[in-house]
Amino acid sequence: MEAEGQSKVLLYLLPHEANFLDAAVERLIPADELGPGAREAGATCYIDRQLSSTWGTHGRNYRAGPWREGAPEQGFQSRLTPQEIYRVGIREVDKHCRTTHGSPFDQLAPRTRDEILRALERNEIQLPSLSSKLFFDILWRNTEEGFFADPMYGGNKDKVGWKLLGFPGMPSGAYVNRIGEAQAYRAEPVSILDYQRGKVRLDAEGFVRHIVIEKEGE
Amino acid sequence: MVRTKLNPVDVVVIGSGVAGSIMSMELANAGLQVVCLERGRMVDPNVEFVKPFVHDELKYDRHNDFFQNLSRETITFRNHSGQTALPMRELGSFKPGEMVGGSSALWGAQAKRQMPFDFEMRSALTARYGEAFLPRDSTIQDWGLTWDEVEPYYDQFEHIFGVGGKAGNLNGEIQPGGSPHEGPRSREFPNPPTRRTPQGALFADAAGELGFVPYQFPSAAMTQDYRNLYKVMLPRCRHGGFCTSHVCAEGAKATPLTAVLPALYRQKTFQMRPLCNVTRINLDSTGKLATGVTYIDARGDEVEQPAGLVVLAAYCFNNTRLLLLSGIGTPYDPHTGRGVVGRNYSFQTCGTVSVFFDDKDFNPFIGGGSVHTAADELLGDVLDRGPLEFVGGAVIESSNQGALPIKSKPVPAGTPRWGSEWKKAVAQYYRRTMNINLIGSCMSYRQNYLDLDPTYKDANGLPLLRMTFDWQENERKMLTYAYERAREIARALKASSHSAGAVPKNYSIVPYQCTHNVGGAVMGADPSTSVVNKYLQSWDVPNVFVVGGSAFPQNSSPSPTATIGMLACWAADAIKETYVRRPGQLM
Repeated sequence: MEAEGQSKVLLYLLPHEANFLDAAVERLIPADELGPGAREAGATCYIDRQLSSTWGTHGRNYRAGPWREGAPEQGFQSRLTPQEIYRVGIREVDKHCRTTHGSPFDQLAPRTRDEILRALERNEIQLPSLSSKLFFDILWRNTEEGFFADPMYGGNKDKVGWKLLGFPGMPSGAYVNRIGEAQAYRAEPVSILDYQRGKVRLDAEGFVRHIVIEKEGE
Repeated sequence: MVRTKLNPVDVVVIGSGVAGSIMSMELANAGLQVVCLERGRMVDPNVEFVKPFVHDELKYDRHNDFFQNLSRETITFRNHSGQTALPMRELGSFKPGEMVGGSSALWGAQAKRQMPFDFEMRSALTARYGEAFLPRDSTIQDWGLTWDEVEPYYDQFEHIFGVGGKAGNLNGEIQPGGSPHEGPRSREFPNPPTRRTPQGALFADAAGELGFVPYQFPSAAMTQDYRNLYKVMLPRCRHGGFCTSHVCAEGAKATPLTAVLPALYRQKTFQMRPLCNVTRINLDSTGKLATGVTYIDARGDEVEQPAGLVVLAAYCFNNTRLLLLSGIGTPYDPHTGRGVVGRNYSFQTCGTVSVFFDDKDFNPFIGGGSVHTAADELLGDVLDRGPLEFVGGAVIESSNQGALPIKSKPVPAGTPRWGSEWKKAVAQYYRRTMNINLIGSCMSYRQNYLDLDPTYKDANGLPLLRMTFDWQENERKMLTYAYERAREIARALKASSHSAGAVPKNYSIVPYQCTHNVGGAVMGADPSTSVVNKYLQSWDVPNVFVVGGSAFPQNSSPSPTATIGMLACWAADAIKETYVRRPGQLM
């Protein structure tokens, strides 16, 4: 497992931005009786690392002007990169929260944070530099990724997202004999991170070996 | 910039996808000296496509590692000519590939043929219903080909790509287990059909009771170890999922990289040049003869490669764009309806009904490789279109593509998009959902077309291709009807609930639909409505052949790859058997 505290190391985000994101992602995918939420899964760490990657500057996107907002059908048309969307968006949402509620976003009660997130999603908050829906959509997209992408990207800690779904991660060589079978196949999930850390055994064909979970009564 | 002029070769092939690799192989086999120019990088599947690194949904599906890098080149898009087209800044609706092997290295292996009707669609519809029945503004046309001409080449493609399936029509005799509506086959599939999954069996039972004839969809992921026509071994698919958008570590998915290039690299008369981006096809002073191509190589130098024959076999968009940039053929003018290059651009009309159970567990991560159970009753002219008042149709299928955790978590209608309720729903239904997919046709229309953008440029300073495209009433009617039929099946499944996608008013470049863009350089029998003749040969510059999805006059419904592969086999044969005897002449 990752050394305790490693996920607190920040590459791009500033500490107050990480606090903002922790306070947002724990509302988007909350911890509950089904298990940990996005905050516990390290979604903020995931977002920080993504912002430091090619994606953080939209390195594979077409970036030349002229820039126009366009119709929704024409897709992403912002001048801003994801790095800028987070930096500017967090600043402007926090400013909105101070004006309307007297505190920055991460200091607000959970229910108030939910209301703010819903208003952002519906494009109901007027931010000076970008549409609030654009900010919400990228935040939600990254939160979902940070909960379900391979743990090597810094989120989905202890494979909590995969355990929630019952997704076994890297495929087993046994699938070929299970494709037509009705019996449920449940296994402890295996990640690329597990493999890179030497925690996985491979079979003769290079497939990861699954530890199959036998459910009571089956 | 350094400028170099190389020694002439017999053939330059632009693009190394399904069309370019098969054309290269067939022409090199015939003893011609072939150079293949590919804009993407070289890949070595033995070293680069290894477990478990290939099983990375974020890298390959979300971040599109193998797909076109839009920072160098994209298209612009608008719904209608009254709008200003804006660049597609990130990949969404479709994903063209950018590496040796092309888009088809990343396909889902759905290898279905078209029907005989599809090749003569305009004639058949007009004969049955009259000219006035065709949708308003539609430019539906025949391919200039007949079933008897193309069948041997579908067969050839299937024996290169190791397609698994069960014949439904062998030389006119209907066979149990296959689709009774397919065109007559000269022989069985080279490989057996996929194994039916529990979801597939549920679909087959429910659809069967409603009058559909279910069958296992043709799959180009191997259903057994297979040695193909080019004597390349492909191993059996292991059903680990991670197929579409991904490469296969087993090499079980037939692609140019696994089924063609290993044999092609052994040909002494063949050379692959990756990272070479062709910027134009050069013409002589008459404008009637191509002298070769100019490209930018990996170092950024400009290279002229003279050639006796140019085969343009890039993705749909770049086939059209290179013709426009090179001044080959008359550009299409949507106001007068005259001109042909960029005309009849079309896409695919897709839909999904998600069916939610509380008492089943489908192991949705086991799958991939086109393990579908499908029915053809909504296709072609199987049903009388008269009372339905639309043309076209859809494959209806229960798919088992391997549900990946970021993108494949359908939830019942009314579920919030995030929060605790959403979390409960994905936990409940990830393993308990089956999808009924509709892979539908899209006709071509006067107002849907491709041309050069007046504003936006690629990294070389050349104009981007501009797409003007929107859904039309005929496609909305077709999808509405197909959804009704899919919902009938969903109801018969007696599940907890089901939810169908919406019939979209406007086409959007944002959500992924499929990489099945077609048209723009269509084939036909009439030079006033086609760019290439029935042999894929340019009407205007006869030593240029334009092969690929660009040749489809409209999209009939099945995923296009098998038909693109068939066209490559067909065009290559025409060049080998006929063209080489009188080079430079129209066939």
